[in-house]
Amino acid sequence: MDTLAASLLDGLLIGLLYGVAAMGLTLIFGVMDVINLAHGAIMALGMFGVYLLFSEMGMNPYVALIAVLILGLLFGVIMYFVAVDRVIDESPLASLLSTFSVNMIIIGIGTAIWTTSTYNVEYSLGTVETGPFTVTGARLMAAFLAVVITALLYLFLNKTRPGKYIRAVSDNRGAADLMGIPSHRILALAFGIGTAIAAVAGGMIATIFPITILGGSTYELKSFVIVVLGGLGNPLGALIGGLILGAIEGIVPVFMKTTWVPVIEFGLFVGILLFRPTGLMGTKK
Amino acid sequence: MRMRSVALAAALLMIMSVLAGCSSDDSGSSETTAAPTETTAASGGETKTITVGFTTSQTGKYNESSTRQVDGFTLWMDQVNAAGGIKLDDGTTYMIESKTYDDESSSDRVQELYTDLATKDNADFLISPYSSGLTAAAAVVSEQYGKVMITTGAASDATYQQGFTKVYQIYTPASRYLTSSIDLLASLDANAKKLAFVYENSKFSTGVVEAAKTYAEENGYDIVMFEGYDPETTDFNPFINKIEAASPDAVLGGGHFQDGSTLAKQLYEKNVPVKFISLLVAPPEPAFAELGDAAMEVAGPSQWEPLVQYTEDAANALGMDWFGTTGDEFTTTYTEAFGDAPSYHSAGGYAAGLVLQHAIESAQSIDPDAVATALDATNVVTFFGPLKFDTTAESHGLQVGHDMVVIQWQPGSDEPLAKQIVWPEAGQTAAPMYPRG
Repeated sequence: MDTLAASLLDGLLIGLLYGVAAMGLTLIFGVMDVINLAHGAIMALGMFGVYLLFSEMGMNPYVALIAVLILGLLFGVIMYFVAVDRVIDESPLASLLSTFSVNMIIIGIGTAIWTTSTYNVEYSLGTVETGPFTVTGARLMAAFLAVVITALLYLFLNKTRPGKYIRAVSDNRGAADLMGIPSHRILALAFGIGTAIAAVAGGMIATIFPITILGGSTYELKSFVIVVLGGLGNPLGALIGGLILGAIEGIVPVFMKTTWVPVIEFGLFVGILLFRPTGLMGTKK
Repeated sequence: MRMRSVALAAALLMIMSVLAGCSSDDSGSSETTAAPTETTAASGGETKTITVGFTTSQTGKYNESSTRQVDGFTLWMDQVNAAGGIKLDDGTTYMIESKTYDDESSSDRVQELYTDLATKDNADFLISPYSSGLTAAAAVVSEQYGKVMITTGAASDATYQQGFTKVYQIYTPASRYLTSSIDLLASLDANAKKLAFVYENSKFSTGVVEAAKTYAEENGYDIVMFEGYDPETTDFNPFINKIEAASPDAVLGGGHFQDGSTLAKQLYEKNVPVKFISLLVAPPEPAFAELGDAAMEVAGPSQWEPLVQYTEDAANALGMDWFGTTGDEFTTTYTEAFGDAPSYHSAGGYAAGLVLQHAIESAQSIDPDAVATALDATNVVTFFGPLKFDTTAESHGLQVGHDMVVIQWQPGSDEPLAKQIVWPEAGQTAAPMYPRG
């Protein structure tokens, strides 16, 4: 029983991180119907951002996350105008190919610079022990930051003017244009925020696990499962989807070989697509 | 429609991630280190060039160990060339040239590149890539083209049980990797009978733990956990929670450098109360010390250590031939050349060159069949230890002369951590620290 509790807690903590990783993907899709296939590569850039700021400039990795957030936002806005804006009204395949090209460019340049070798952010926040639970400070901090990021995104989308613009453009771009909302700039902002969240999620992963330039792909795949679980375009759903995935990763290994985890995760993915295509939390119409 | 797009994108991603591991892109860098190539009449004989081909994992998860292996080989090659090459009795001198490509730690790349080495580059001899998985792929190609391949960094027994006739292993085979750790544990604590095996799902690690499990069961041990993990695993917490639930006395396993280091780190972070940890490949690497406290008291089997001294006198006392440099000379020259102390992977790379040189000198020829015959007859002691190959049809080329040691990271006098040899007892540089913590 202790093992189940400890394993479930580990799973839920990491699930919150998965949720943030998926949040950027679902936000971009919800607002502009673009599936960003550079999502994993952007997470990898976030990982290396934190790694470089920490190891080359001696910056605290959690302070580095703020720098990564800002750089991620800038990168996202630029990427939007370069690769997404001109294909946004074309068929979904055009934006899939366009963002996939960005993915290949990032992975190619990243491999040339850092190779595909593993790097570690050697920074410890110690370990917390209570009863059957032994959790590293880094995991607790990542889970806490995941909740903070979700709350901030929720407040931004619902309480600020740019956030309301994003929702308006998301609901009906044509009507938003007629109301004088500069929809292309708002789309760029939304894409930038989605990218920034992905980069920060990558940065948080770097504080816990070893990283490689290809490391984002694992989390990108998980993000797709989460996005489908939580409902497309629903940031809060992403967090809940992340928690469900984390719970599966916590519970399954207690009862069977850990190698079954991805089988169950992707089985769930296919099951949701077949039987509840709007996701557990519903989706934007 | 939207869901269909997501499903399409996810399927595309999965296909890409599979393809990423088997990219057929041919842009991998290749390097040729040229020996003096002019054919000249010198001291009555010709000077010719031998091309030795191999791949290096310049990228990917085997990068750390592979780089060291190739550094070791390069040191041997540079020393041979600096000394005027390999000289035969008929006056012919052979200078060594190497040809290498980046295999990206991928077995698909290895098959393609070893075919290139054997055909386009006309390599006279081949050295294996690093790791059992990649070597298994390379050995098929090597055998197909009738090349002699010296394998190093490749311990899996299975490769040598396929009926190959010109593949020769430098390392002690995988089946004997962890048995010495079990012997060590038995000598330390007769009551420590519960073992947990957590290992990488790879050819090498699976071979090691299956042999170790059989050995442990024969010796009365209780295997409370036996589970493999995916080679790309970075989160070991699900395994560690299960280890804690099984409450073993010792954890054995691991796989290669990256996963083994991460496993050791996370075992430490989770304060897992086991008395003894012995992991494959990672602990003997000097870079393992970068884990700091997480490396302390972690043990692991090693093919060779600078502190292990095989000498010419000892070889002669056993009635065996001695060949090549001494351990101290190797350690000094390697450290001068690469700025870092050698690991057993470095020593394996050097020893591969040394064995090839010994065989060419014994055969007085570079003909593959003659060299293979000389390798079959090899029974020699080097700085790396005794080397002798199985010549039976069942496991031709398997290493039968070499033995391993067990190292453990302990508090050092000058540095926070020092690597000590704790097994076999006769070769101990320090008493084992037991139990952990």
